[in-house]
Amino acid sequence: MAYSDQDILDGLAEIVSEETGVDASEVTADKTFTDDLDVDSLSMMTIAVTAEEKFGAKIPDEEVKNLKTVGDAVNFIKANQPA
Amino acid sequence: MSTLGVPDVLHHARITGIGAYRPERVVPNSEIVDAIDSSDEWIRERSGIASRHKAAPDESVVDMAEHASRGALEYAGVSADQVDAVIVATVSHPYQTPAAAPELAARFGSRAPAFDISAACAGYCHGISVANDMVRVGTAEHVLVVGVEKMLDFTDPTDRGSAFIFGDGAGAAIVSRSETAGIGPTVWGSDGDQKHLIAQRDSWMTLAGDRALPWPAIVMEGPSVFRWAVWSMAKEAQRALDAAGVKPEDLAAFIPHQANVRIINQMVKALGLPKDLPVARDIVTTANTSAASVPLAMERMLREGEVEPGGLALQIGFGAGLTWAAQVVTLP
Repeated sequence: MAYSDQDILDGLAEIVSEETGVDASEVTADKTFTDDLDVDSLSMMTIAVTAEEKFGAKIPDEEVKNLKTVGDAVNFIKANQPA
Repeated sequence: MSTLGVPDVLHHARITGIGAYRPERVVPNSEIVDAIDSSDEWIRERSGIASRHKAAPDESVVDMAEHASRGALEYAGVSADQVDAVIVATVSHPYQTPAAAPELAARFGSRAPAFDISAACAGYCHGISVANDMVRVGTAEHVLVVGVEKMLDFTDPTDRGSAFIFGDGAGAAIVSRSETAGIGPTVWGSDGDQKHLIAQRDSWMTLAGDRALPWPAIVMEGPSVFRWAVWSMAKEAQRALDAAGVKPEDLAAFIPHQANVRIINQMVKALGLPKDLPVARDIVTTANTSAASVPLAMERMLREGEVEPGGLALQIGFGAGLTWAAQVVTLP
């Protein structure tokens, strides 16, 4: 079953909240991981691996650095969901 | 036809002694932050490191190894002339050849076989595995295994990704013949496809060809190393538990390579270790001493009474290569 944008956003919000302690409602598509959500490069890896496990989309190391906003991550996961 | 005379009895082996050496000079984060435009708070958040020890300029890898080795021999109650082999794990002995181990053996007046292992942060756990096998088949009765690094000689103080990570020090163990099994099966491996993740910047030959190049420090791709270390190495640590038939609740301690507190914390989570299990966090004041980190951390936990001799410890080393090695051992 393919996840919708909203499913992915909600799932990511939970993951980011768990990792950083920010309220899940703060995690919206326009927020940047580094500046708005205070996610450093190691936390970003934790978020990527947890998201891989949840959504089944592979997120290679070199892609992780390109995910600037929560929306970028939603789009990447959506485009790389397993068939 | 003649047959070869070889021993056909396997012995048991265990670690009987542990020793540590931390150089006198302590370097707090405040001394290194300017060169990387950083702060004490940033380094602590990123790594958990507050300070590290730095060897004196004229203090060699062999000098540090000698201090740690004397401690381990004393702990084990083994004299230098009883040592049948000397194994030194290091990547910062600054000679292509000769190795550090023969010089170390000579410091004790020993002519035992002596050789170095180059497996970076996994080197000490490789050494324990090799020593265990030597004792088990009867090649040796006592083996001195040392992890020693003068990493700050190979650190670029201006590199934001690694300048705060490393420290200097030495840890040593004696692996001896024993009545009971004290070293579980080693789970180990390598992944040379990822050799670029942690590496000396340029080869000696590149440097020889262009003397204008900077000193070839050891640098790393931190986030990728973090991902590999946590999610791949926790699986290897679990395999070492399984191979030894040990459950997390049977452990007295978890002693992972002291790479970064964030890695240690995530590994504890990934392995589902009991909340009250003592976990080595020597990194806070010792930083990442590569091959020396596991024995340094073990020595500290025993000395400070955080763990008792006889308990089971899961130890794992992992690092450049990539290489890794893990085993469950009985604490000396």
